[in-house]
Amino acid sequence: MEADWIWGLGGGLLIGLGGAVFLLGNGRIMGASGILGGLLDGSGRSNAAERIAFIGGVVLVPFLIALSTGHAPDTRVTSNAAVLIGAGLLVGIGTRIANGCTSGHGVCGISRLSLRGIAATAVFMLAGILTLAVLRQILGVI
Amino acid sequence: MLRILLALFAGGLFGTGLMFSGMTDTAKVQGWLDIFGIWDPTLAFVMGGALLPMALAWRLTQGRRPAAGGSFPAPPHTELDRRLVLGSVLFGAGWGLAGLCPGPAMASLSYNGWQGMLFFAAMACGMLAAPRLSRHLDRAVANA
Repeated sequence: MEADWIWGLGGGLLIGLGGAVFLLGNGRIMGASGILGGLLDGSGRSNAAERIAFIGGVVLVPFLIALSTGHAPDTRVTSNAAVLIGAGLLVGIGTRIANGCTSGHGVCGISRLSLRGIAATAVFMLAGILTLAVLRQILGVI
Repeated sequence: MLRILLALFAGGLFGTGLMFSGMTDTAKVQGWLDIFGIWDPTLAFVMGGALLPMALAWRLTQGRRPAAGGSFPAPPHTELDRRLVLGSVLFGAGWGLAGLCPGPAMASLSYNGWQGMLFFAAMACGMLAAPRLSRHLDRAVANA
């Protein structure tokens, strides 16, 4: 679709606004894996309430939009359970070991010119590119 | 209370942005990474759009305090360690495999079917296992 980039840019601005509110309001870095992971492993117990509120907003607002418009975006997600479990484990373990994901290292890290954020983003993008190259283009399994 | 409301508002903006930007569409995310296939540049626009307000926000932190109290994050560390690289390799592989990362996995929970829930459950298990795996990793490195 030709309009994809406009939706991408507009949606991206909202993502950045969310990060700006979280930073200027609460003084916190908006990293999805850190907010969720810290809640799960107990390392974020001291500010669990704001973590739960943030996640509540992330999950519930799209739900309410889908409910009120009667339309949810197509996710085209795989139905291969083994791929979903393997990918989920890798994402969960990897983001916690690296201490960040696309939002924390990518959006929040790059925007403050953090060397770690820039390096992490380069590495996980390259790993993703390699995964697609091998598993889709060479082996044709995903 | 203000902290809770601001967190809820920030989360709502983040989730809405992920939903509208197309980043909960796994085919678009995998399309960005599939540079040898039918490449999809949308993610670059999303990232560009997100970096603008964030770069401005970092600038505005100078000489100020967070609206709800406390203090701003310390300046970023500069050392690139093994954890950062190894963790990002694992994360990138999983991201490419299913086209989902933590933010979109949460934002699409309500409309991504059993597949989204299974991915989320596996991701949560991985996050719970990570601290232990990380300690093993440190010990292995120390003994090497």
